[in-house]
Amino acid sequence: MARFDAEARAGLSLIAPPFLYALVILAAPLLTILAYSFLTDGYLEIIRDFTWDNYVQVMTDPIVRVVMTRSLIVAMVVTAVTVVLAFPVAYYVSFVVRPERKSLWLFLITIPFWTSYLIRVFLWKVILGYNGVVNSSLTGLGIIDEPLTFILYNVNSIVITLAHAYAPFAILPIFVTLEKIDRSLLEAGRDLGESRAMTFWRVTLPLAMPGVLAAVLIVFIPTIGDYVTPEVIGGGKIPMIANMIQVQMLALDNRPLGSALAVTAMLIVAVISVTFLFLNRRFLKVRQ
Amino acid sequence: MTKPKAMIECRDVHKYYGDYHALRGIDLTIKGGEFFSLLGPSGCGKTTLLRTIAGFEDISSGVVLIDDREMGDVPANKRPTNMVFQSYAIFPHLTVAENVAFGLRRDPRGKAEKAAAVDEALAMVGLKGYGARSAHALSGGQRQRVALARALILKPKVLLLDEPLSALDRKMREQMQVELIKLQRQVGITFVLVTHDQEEALVMSDRIAVMFEGEIAQLDGPEALYARPATRRVADFIGVMNFLPAHIVADIGGIVTVDVPGLGQVQLPHSQVSRANEDDEGAMIGFRPETMTLVGAGATHNQPRETNATIDEVVYYGDMTYYDLRLDGVARTDGKSRTVRISMRNVFGRDVQEVGTRTRLAWSPGSLVLFR
Repeated sequence: MARFDAEARAGLSLIAPPFLYALVILAAPLLTILAYSFLTDGYLEIIRDFTWDNYVQVMTDPIVRVVMTRSLIVAMVVTAVTVVLAFPVAYYVSFVVRPERKSLWLFLITIPFWTSYLIRVFLWKVILGYNGVVNSSLTGLGIIDEPLTFILYNVNSIVITLAHAYAPFAILPIFVTLEKIDRSLLEAGRDLGESRAMTFWRVTLPLAMPGVLAAVLIVFIPTIGDYVTPEVIGGGKIPMIANMIQVQMLALDNRPLGSALAVTAMLIVAVISVTFLFLNRRFLKVRQ
Repeated sequence: MTKPKAMIECRDVHKYYGDYHALRGIDLTIKGGEFFSLLGPSGCGKTTLLRTIAGFEDISSGVVLIDDREMGDVPANKRPTNMVFQSYAIFPHLTVAENVAFGLRRDPRGKAEKAAAVDEALAMVGLKGYGARSAHALSGGQRQRVALARALILKPKVLLLDEPLSALDRKMREQMQVELIKLQRQVGITFVLVTHDQEEALVMSDRIAVMFEGEIAQLDGPEALYARPATRRVADFIGVMNFLPAHIVADIGGIVTVDVPGLGQVQLPHSQVSRANEDDEGAMIGFRPETMTLVGAGATHNQPRETNATIDEVVYYGDMTYYDLRLDGVARTDGKSRTVRISMRNVFGRDVQEVGTRTRLAWSPGSLVLFR
């Protein structure tokens, strides 16, 4: 018994540092937010009275609904665009690029990370702007007479910017699952009478699904809460949920309502992610 | 009598990978219903040839015909061949039944009939009732059976097997060898097997093509291949063969007279003459360990020739004993004497002889092969 205690102590002391880290860095802020969301907002102070009012306000406020819906739609469109565009890139690197060149390609794919996210977002503003690269090129070439307006200060431009920013996050997990596919499985598909396209559909794609699902979640979860892109590209006129939280938390100093917004957004993301995984659970059972 | 029809024909097939000449003019006819093996060491081109037949590799020049149809422009999915891959290539995202039914998508039969066909195919390979299992829960031998069922359910004209048994342990391998032979007889489909295991090829095949460096060195039935290897390299590759240096005395009227130190002078017809290796110095006489007999003191035998020898080493195997013998009259080189290996079955009443014993070796010139 004494020896077991010694082992238990040794085990506990081993997990203690990461446990403390998780507690301080992850759990503590979340619990604080959760606690705030049930408190009452007084003018310039927080009153320690338990209340559901913040959540009632979040649920009933039409502006919250509009902004939350917009965030969801933007995140879904960005996810769809990013994953659909990332798949061919990952496929190309995995199946077409010679093995000795693959690491070079992966390196090139990560180049956008060399500059700060903020600078990349500003650069997209320069590219898409009223007198930006796209518009001045097209007018210069005489293709259009007036600058295009549908690419700046709207949801389209937010989608373009985010899709670009998150492309490597989608390419890499898909690439990894494609790399793991035993190439003789594809030959077996052909051998059993299927064309290349049908072999892709019946063998490659189902086996790549774990990577695709990972890519979907990796892109969807952070984009729904993106703050910088709507602020900079959208010009502050088309806020997403993170911008709204920021306004409540800092500009209006209504921390309880901001916290309730954050918790609600987190729950919505969690429910959507879990549902998504549940619907696709059959793809996750594959062991290669 | 009608000759069995040619199922696969390769005519002067060449394959280059860049500068590397993988197949160097393969001419080959595989008959319908035959169990045919491509045997050779790794890198000899046997797998390339199989993949060429399957349509996974384009050939650089030459013609491949399957069932009298030129395969030049026919992609793998349109060829009347199916393959059992070395890794088995079982789809990990599908169940056993879904794996077996993979090729039936365009089959016009109804769902129930297809399911019945899948059950039948699984029963044929001894996996009755395994349909609902997921593929990754199978053992190596079971995967192999699924791969077989998946290919055979499509009733191909040719079944291609790429080293299908190499991943199995010895017992399983021997069991599967017998099962494959039975299966082939049962379905009557042409089987083409690629293997580097000479024993496997001898056990299973009607005919064997031995390949070295992209060329077919010999194409024969297992017995002919074993008894009359066409070259010394084939003889070395298949089974054990003893080699003794020989001097050619005369070559007149289809009979070669050779002087073999240790065995004496023998006369061999040209049917017993094969090609030596290019780097061989002079001619060699070869014989298999089991073709000669050790004769105990005072015993009699009915072989035409007899040679005196000393037992240098005894290796006891239970059912067999191997004797390494120093033949009288064989010169010692480098202080080491050249020994020959003789195998004797340990039948009841025959004692294992001891090292150092003087003994007699009975043999017949008919069992010798001259390599020159």
